[in-house]
Amino acid sequence: MNRLSWFNVTSLTLGFAFLYLPMVILVIYSFNESKLVTVWAGFSTKWYGELLQNEAFLDAAWVTVKVAVLSSTLATVLGTMAAYVLVRGGRFLGRTVFSGMIYAPLVMPEVITGLSLLLLFIGIGLDRGVLTIVLAHTTFSMCYVSVVVSSRLMTFDRSLEEAALDLGCSSFMAFRLVTLPIIAPAVISGWLLAFTLSLDDLVIASFTAGPSATTLPIKIFSAVRLGVSPEINALSTIMIGIVTVGVISASLISKRNSLRQQRDEQAAARTA
Amino acid sequence: MNQTVFAPWDDPAEKPLIRFENVTKRFGEFVAIDDLTLDIFEKEFFALLGPSGCGKTTMMRMLAGFETPTEGRIELAGQDIAPVPPNKRAVNMMFQSYALFPHLSVYENIAFGLRRGDMPKNDIDDRVGEMLKLTRLEKFARRKPHQISGGQRQRVALARSLAKAPKLLLLDEPLGALDAKLRQATQFELMDIQEKTGTTFVIVTHDQEEAMTVASRVAVMDEGRVMQVATPERIYEAPSSVYVADFIGDVNIVGGSTKPAGAGQYHVHWAEGQAPFMAASDRAFSDGQACHLAVRPEKIAISAERPSDAENAVQGTVLDIAYLGNLSTYHVELPGGQIIKAQTANTQRISRRSFTWEDPVWVSWTATAGVLLEQ
Repeated sequence: MNRLSWFNVTSLTLGFAFLYLPMVILVIYSFNESKLVTVWAGFSTKWYGELLQNEAFLDAAWVTVKVAVLSSTLATVLGTMAAYVLVRGGRFLGRTVFSGMIYAPLVMPEVITGLSLLLLFIGIGLDRGVLTIVLAHTTFSMCYVSVVVSSRLMTFDRSLEEAALDLGCSSFMAFRLVTLPIIAPAVISGWLLAFTLSLDDLVIASFTAGPSATTLPIKIFSAVRLGVSPEINALSTIMIGIVTVGVISASLISKRNSLRQQRDEQAAARTA
Repeated sequence: MNQTVFAPWDDPAEKPLIRFENVTKRFGEFVAIDDLTLDIFEKEFFALLGPSGCGKTTMMRMLAGFETPTEGRIELAGQDIAPVPPNKRAVNMMFQSYALFPHLSVYENIAFGLRRGDMPKNDIDDRVGEMLKLTRLEKFARRKPHQISGGQRQRVALARSLAKAPKLLLLDEPLGALDAKLRQATQFELMDIQEKTGTTFVIVTHDQEEAMTVASRVAVMDEGRVMQVATPERIYEAPSSVYVADFIGDVNIVGGSTKPAGAGQYHVHWAEGQAPFMAASDRAFSDGQACHLAVRPEKIAISAERPSDAENAVQGTVLDIAYLGNLSTYHVELPGGQIIKAQTANTQRISRRSFTWEDPVWVSWTATAGVLLEQ
C-alpha cells in the first residue's frame, strides 16, 4: 500500500472541507441553545421539538413528499415509454427531432420552464396547487428518467426481446415479461433521480405553487428571507440525515448484489 | 430396420418443408439476399455456410420472422409465411448469444414459451422435465443463467427453443461461444438430439468443419447467393466452383486451358514447356477453354523418385513444411513458380521424415483426383 503523501493529505482535506464544511456548521448550529444563529450558547435539541409543533412546516413537508412521489412516478412511466420508443422504435419520421427535443428541458433554464408552465396553467384556467406542481415536476424530470432508461436500453441485448417474440409473446408481453424486469434497476434509479429533483426544486415550484399548497423548499426560502432561525437548521439536519441513510443503504445493497453475482459466477465456473 | 438413405432432395415427389422462391432482401442499397431459390426438407439438418456478411443470418431471420423479404416468397409447409408474425410461427430459434432471460431460472426459461400458450400447468411441468432430461440439466433447474457454465447455458438455450416442439428449429452459430473440445462434443450431441426429436434443423455457421460434421446438406453462400447446395461429401469432393472448393478445406488451384483427350478425359495445359496434366471430368470442356484444376492436398503424393504409374507427376523443390502433428503439409514449388501443397499422414515419428527444405521431390496424383472447374 502506498502511504499518503502530504500533498494528497492536503488536497483530500481541502476538497472535503470545501464540500462538507457548510453542512457541518449547519448541523452543529441546529443543536444550538441560542436563538441567534451565529452565537453558540450550549447544546440543546429544543429546536427539533419546536419544529414538530410548526404546522406550516409540517404541511409543506407533506406537500413536498406527496408531490415528489406522484411526479416521479408519473415521470418514470412517461420517461420509460419515451426512451423505449426512441431507442427501439426503429426509424420513423421526425425521430431525430424527437430525440433532440426530449433532452431540451435538461438545458432549458428553469426560470423559463417555470414561467411557461405558469402561463399555460393560467391560460387553461387551472388553479395552482398540488396538481400544478405535480404536472410541472413531471414535465422537467421526465427527460432525466428517459436519459437514464435509454442509456440502459442501448446496451440491452436486443435478442432477448426477439427470443421472447420467438417464444410466442406479443410485443407488449415481451416488454412486460422480459425487458421491464431486466431494465428495472435503471427505471428505479430514474425514479429516485426524479424524486430527488422534485424534492430539491425551488424555482419551478415557486412559479406553479399556489396559496393552497407550498413545498418545503419554498417555505424554507421565504422563512430565511425573514432571518435564519435555528428551526430551519434543525429541519435541514433532518433532511441531510434522511439523504445520508438513503445513499448509504443504496450503495450497501448494490455492493452486496455485485458480490453475490461474482460468487455465483465463480461457482458456475468451478462446476463447469 | 429398413436401411434407406435419407435423401428427400433426390425424390421429386417429396414436398419441401421450406421453400425460398426467388427471395431478394435489400437493406437500402445493400442487397443481402439476391434472388435466392432453395428447398429444405422435413427432418433435414441443413447448414447455411459462408463468411460473415454473406446473408446467411438474414435468411435465418426471415425464417424466424424478424425480417420480411423485399421480393419473392418463403413457404413453410406450403404456406406463405410473410404475413405471419414471429410469435405465431411454428418456428423457434436458438440465438447466437443464447438470449437466456437473466431474471428467470433455467426451469422458467424453458417454460417461458409453453406458458404463452394455453397449456395446462401439469403438462408444462412434464414438458420442461422432459427437456431438462434431454439436455441433462435436471440438476440445474433452479439456477439462474449466470450461475451455470457456458456449455450448460448453450443447452438451456437449446432446451428452451425445442420445448414448444417447433416444426423448424433455427440455430444461429450455436457453438460459436464454446471452446474447441466442448464444441466437438456438442456437435454430436446436437445431431443426437435432432435425430431423437425428428425436428428439422437449420444451422447458420461460418465454421466449415462444423457444417460438414452435423449437416445432411450444406448450402455454401457468398454475397447473398447460394453457390452450391449438396451433401458434405459432394461439397468436398465435387465442388461446383473455385469459390466453393477454396472455401471448404484446403485446395490446390491450377489455372490453364483444356484440350479434350476423349472419353471424359482432358489435357490441362498449365505452363509453357511443361507436360499437360490429365484430368477426368463429367462436365464438357471445349478445346482451348480456360479452366481451373482443383486438387485436394491429401490426394497428392510426394516422393523422391518419379512414380512409374502416375498419371500426373511433376518435379519441384520443397519450399516449406507445415507440421500439424497428425499431418504434414509440404509446399512444393514447381518450375514456373506454381506452388503445390501435398499432405501426408505422419504415420512415423518425425525423426524419420524423408524430406526436408530445398529437397527436390516429385508430386503426383491420378486423373480422377482433381476436379475441373470453369470458374
